[in-house]
Amino acid sequence: MNDRTPEPRSVDPWADLRDLTIARVGLGRCGDAIPARDVLAFQLAHAQARNAVGATLDAATLGLDDVIEVHSRATDRATFLQRPDLGRQLAEEDAPRLPPGAYDVAFVLADGLSATAVTRQAPGVLAACLKALPGWSVAPVVVAHQARVALGDEIGERLAARFVVMMIGERPGLSVADSLSLYVTANPRPGRADSERNCISNIHPRGGLSPQLAADKLAWLLREAIRIGGTGVNLKDDPSAALPSA
Amino acid sequence: MTYRAALDGTSYAFTDLKRLLACASSARSGDQLAGLAAADDVERIAARYALADVPLTDFLDAPLVPYEADEVTRLIQDTHDRSAFAPVAHMTVGGLRDWLLGYDVDGPTLAALAPGLTPEMTAAVSKLMRNQDLITVARKIEVKTAFRNTQGLRGRLGSRLQPNHPTDDVRGIAVSMLDGLLMGVGDAVIGVNPASDSLPDIKVLLDMIDGVRERYDMPVQSCVLTHVTNTIRLMERGAPVDLVFQSIAGSQAANAGFGVTLDILREADDAARSLGRGTVGSNALYFETGQGAALSANAHHGVDQQTMEARAYAVARAFRPLLVNTVVGFIGPEYLYDGKQVIRAGLEDHFCAKLLGVPMGCDVCYTNHTMADQDDMDDLMMLLTVAGVNFLIAVPGSDDVMLGYQSLSYHDILTLRSTFDRPPAPEFEAWLRRQDMLTTEGRMRVSAPQQLGRVLGPTGGLVA
Repeated sequence: MNDRTPEPRSVDPWADLRDLTIARVGLGRCGDAIPARDVLAFQLAHAQARNAVGATLDAATLGLDDVIEVHSRATDRATFLQRPDLGRQLAEEDAPRLPPGAYDVAFVLADGLSATAVTRQAPGVLAACLKALPGWSVAPVVVAHQARVALGDEIGERLAARFVVMMIGERPGLSVADSLSLYVTANPRPGRADSERNCISNIHPRGGLSPQLAADKLAWLLREAIRIGGTGVNLKDDPSAALPSA
Repeated sequence: MTYRAALDGTSYAFTDLKRLLACASSARSGDQLAGLAAADDVERIAARYALADVPLTDFLDAPLVPYEADEVTRLIQDTHDRSAFAPVAHMTVGGLRDWLLGYDVDGPTLAALAPGLTPEMTAAVSKLMRNQDLITVARKIEVKTAFRNTQGLRGRLGSRLQPNHPTDDVRGIAVSMLDGLLMGVGDAVIGVNPASDSLPDIKVLLDMIDGVRERYDMPVQSCVLTHVTNTIRLMERGAPVDLVFQSIAGSQAANAGFGVTLDILREADDAARSLGRGTVGSNALYFETGQGAALSANAHHGVDQQTMEARAYAVARAFRPLLVNTVVGFIGPEYLYDGKQVIRAGLEDHFCAKLLGVPMGCDVCYTNHTMADQDDMDDLMMLLTVAGVNFLIAVPGSDDVMLGYQSLSYHDILTLRSTFDRPPAPEFEAWLRRQDMLTTEGRMRVSAPQQLGRVLGPTGGLVA
């Protein structure tokens, strides 16, 4: 590291500027290249993101009782990544595990692109959501593997739930690899368009939404959806709901 | 019309030209997702045998996307130059491939041919070319454009400085911009992807970048990459717009998915040119493309993704843009699965665009769910530089903190300049020299960051 740009900390002109952006600015140079320390930091962030993409969801670690586990028609991770269409369809043999009931809402914990996000955030978010919806009839919690957002449509239809809420792992970035999203769909059935859903994204502990805030937003969206008769583009996010500062 | 090949006693039939082209494509996940790919490698090679014997005139006689239903097809057919096509009119696709590689076929020959080629012809011939062939032919071609500096000159490499910020914070963007300028990046364009669609927010960014450009008398152009209709409105309100950006694709329906028509692009080009802000040229548009865009909009008409991508270049060249780039690895693994597919696609896109006379650059990039890493990007950036790519995109430390994907770093541009002796645009190089930022050998000074304090002043004068 001896050929690193010699900049004593006290006169490092970047010191204050780094506070203005999370971008990797002012890295210094070894010849043309990035110094080893920053190359390794980048590789670590990428490896963590890759791990999150490849991770499998272990329902036993979620600490929930009586979950129903289902799979999409994407049989493994490689197929899941290349065939989004299969990730939206329920595996045939799993359909009988979802008996219909008169449910107001069904929650699905779905790996999506980050099982890590579901493992870390979903139990807390689910607990907060259940607390924020007193008196609601809630279907048994479903854990879905190799799942895209639209898999919830078939799950919700089979459970005969009025709403389905997909809690799904977002595509990992270098700075956050465990961010969770909630997708809410009224009267779920296969063929629902993305414009018929509402999304609460960016739920994670590093400047994202807290579980409590996410649950409050969800409860508001569900009640508003009942009032206006559906979810989707006509249901605008509550402007009075607090937003995260970052 | 059915195309056939017989190999080792087995006969293969391809029901029409689009089926033949799709089967001849090198393997990629997007064509598999669309159900268009060859069943296996042997069928793929059989398709290439059959494709090699297809006369180029077949592409003029039977458009892959119907003329009546698609304004991109109408543009391609109506602007096809028969006299430019004449030198190759008698050739097959295989014959064209061998001819392109010959020593006698040079840059001026290919520039004269460009108006005579359709995108489908370039896509077809690319499917018979190995990666080295795509490089060998592309590097013969010089596509020169200009605004405040000259892009695309042989032996030079432009770069886009992409100083994105997750919330469009103007000071955060200024810091990333300064970081790039101190490494000599940004001659092609200083181009921000805004998080917001709000016109007042975008005008703040345009004003900041233009202010810095004027203050340091930099021969560069700026762009905030918002929807073309937003930029038209910003021009009407007197915002300092240099380049007008838009994402485009290879069919009318796919462009409708982007909210654009050829008429809207024409209106934008007229408006930008009428501002007359270019000093050494008037190419004022900037387009981005990428394989899979048409399929993801379900607007691919059963045509393979690489051929649909080449059709986007017909849209681009109609407007004489300053810059075009494929965002090759951004779309994700359902279209380009791994580093191998991304590298191949990047070389195909560059080759087809150059053959059509389009000033092609590339965003050498990938997402975290694609099977690729920075080593694959090192390979592609070097291959494209050898191929004579007009410009490459770079962000601080390869990490785009707004769009959440990885591109090249500012440092990578330095590496390419050193390794392949590729200076930036001549006007920008002269400016760097005037600022005393280059050593006598033409390298960016390592001490350049020390000048930062001087540039900024004690109170952060740059963005005050």
